[in-house]
Amino acid sequence: MHYSPAFLVDAYRTMKTIRLFEERCILEFERGNIPGFVHAYNGQEAVAVGVCMHLSDSDVIGSTHRGHGHCIAKGCDVIAMMKEIMGKATGLCKGKGGSMHIADFDKGMLGANAIVGGAPPLCNGAALSAKTLGTKNVAVSFGGDGSSNQGTVMEALNLAVVLQLPHIFVVENNGYGEGTGARYAVGCESIGARTAAFGMPAATVDGTDFFAVYEQAGKFVELARNGGGPSAIEADVVRFDGHFIGDPQLYRGKDELKTIKETRDCLKKFRARVTGENWLKAEQLDEMDAEIAALIERAVEEGMNAPLPEPAALFADVYASY
Amino acid sequence: MTSTPQQAKTAGSSRVKTYREAINEALFQEMRRDPTVIVMGEEVSGGAGTDGQDDAYGGVFGVTKGLMPEFGRGRVIDTPISESAIIGAAAGAACTGLRPVAELMFFDFIGVCFDQIFNQAAKFRYMFGGKSKTPLVIRATVGAGWRAGAQHSNMLHPVVTHIAGLKVVMPSNAYDAKGLMISAIRDDDPVIFLEHKILYDTKCEVPDELYTIPFGEAAFTREGTDVTIVAISGMVPRANAVADKLAKEGISCDVIDPRTVSPLDVEAIIESVELTGRLVIVDEANERCSLAADISSIIAEKAFHALRAPIRKVTAPHTPVPFSPVLEDLYIPTPERIEQAVRDVLEA
Repeated sequence: MHYSPAFLVDAYRTMKTIRLFEERCILEFERGNIPGFVHAYNGQEAVAVGVCMHLSDSDVIGSTHRGHGHCIAKGCDVIAMMKEIMGKATGLCKGKGGSMHIADFDKGMLGANAIVGGAPPLCNGAALSAKTLGTKNVAVSFGGDGSSNQGTVMEALNLAVVLQLPHIFVVENNGYGEGTGARYAVGCESIGARTAAFGMPAATVDGTDFFAVYEQAGKFVELARNGGGPSAIEADVVRFDGHFIGDPQLYRGKDELKTIKETRDCLKKFRARVTGENWLKAEQLDEMDAEIAALIERAVEEGMNAPLPEPAALFADVYASY
Repeated sequence: MTSTPQQAKTAGSSRVKTYREAINEALFQEMRRDPTVIVMGEEVSGGAGTDGQDDAYGGVFGVTKGLMPEFGRGRVIDTPISESAIIGAAAGAACTGLRPVAELMFFDFIGVCFDQIFNQAAKFRYMFGGKSKTPLVIRATVGAGWRAGAQHSNMLHPVVTHIAGLKVVMPSNAYDAKGLMISAIRDDDPVIFLEHKILYDTKCEVPDELYTIPFGEAAFTREGTDVTIVAISGMVPRANAVADKLAKEGISCDVIDPRTVSPLDVEAIIESVELTGRLVIVDEANERCSLAADISSIIAEKAFHALRAPIRKVTAPHTPVPFSPVLEDLYIPTPERIEQAVRDVLEA
């Protein structure tokens, strides 16, 4: 497949933005500037970006509790995201959603979702809207290996097949549902094969390889747009941080984190491939790194200085009409 | 603020229709008016994937009968028996351009899809800073009296009334059912529309044209000055019958049907209690944390000065719904218990 320099720049910029955003969230959380729980997406960037680069603002995604990466990949403004995560009035959801509930309907981002297995049933609905209204849009739900065991997900897989909905189910298998290994909690050999048994095409890809994700997602998005119905991608991926920020990760094997960061870092692999093939120069990537770092710095600065919600906001927006 | 069905009637043609027919007509008329309205659920048409008839059911109680032949399977969607998938898809469709009316055959089945209702649909708008709307209607049957046993007979409206972000509608007659259904479909928030099984064959005059009934406006189904009776859903006809009987003895009852329990027309109840000084609340739900308990606490707090007797609640006992007909009949508040409660507050 041919990749234009502009495309590669875009892919790298988005993945790197997620990486630096998450690393900074970890820092700001530790500094006490972010309340609540935060689940970092670093390590999994190639999945969100590889899939979402096929989507427009009119296509819809549903995300997980580990949703920052999906938001950024779908085009949400990182400054407004940082304000949201800090609980500020000018955040993407006026500070009333927080890390686990960021949504931006203008960008087709139907929401991070703090309930494991929350997004797939809802994304069936978005796909049903697309099908009923004849828009040719598609829906993508993201979930993890943990969510693949939820009843809601199994129900959603079956309904998507029954109604032939334009819905791509992406399962990011990072090996852990919270602190329990997928090899214990997933009772079958392969999540991809289990998904296929519902009656849809499914593929397992290396989720740390941007190009593998991008190419497979392209086939399934195309299929869905052309009335070919649902499909599923199991992305074999790694999580660089804990289930939540602050998780001591006692369940990790010896040297596991060190090893995966050395051998399965999607950004390192991307950089090696694009410079190795002479598609982009290392200096270009370094330059982008500096720009992105500056953007994240600005996001934190603006986030810290943003106003807190007024007390009246507590009562607002429970209903569209009263 | 409040109106009676008689006062609110429109000028055009009308005829006597059942509660079932009134809801069916509302769905037909709204689906013709607005192509984004869809109906989905288990056997809302029926017969999909069989060698027999299409539209074999039209909903298990026949409320959606005939919709599929007119609007097709694309807008009248039979689903697998997967309540989480049904309600989740309806919620997702509602915030992406459709106005789904999803059927949850028996409201007892919220147990297998409650996350989609209270964690998802109900919270979207608030969590997302007011940037989304979820015009979703969930229709479900409630109530005992069909000998359907513990898992098909509950009145679980207190459970959803508790949830901020949901509206809860409980029509007690055919006229209200049509107008409230049309309002529910046009509303931009998730609406739980609860149909009491014992009301499906009850009849009254229902206009042929489209009309809406606003949420949060109670109806006075009987007017009186001695005792206020607040009755909900299937209990309204019973309260009316008791009021009619007592009227012959010179006891006059104000019977209030809230019609929607979220929002609740608190003003109408206060206004009536200030006149009568006596309140009986009739609710088929279990008593603890029920709507009866809620209304009782509101009146104790806001109209204590007007009360001339302790408030009386006539509810189901704190038990599951029993199967055996003799026990089920004891479970549901009877006219005798309602009458006794009225006499008690008059004597207090």
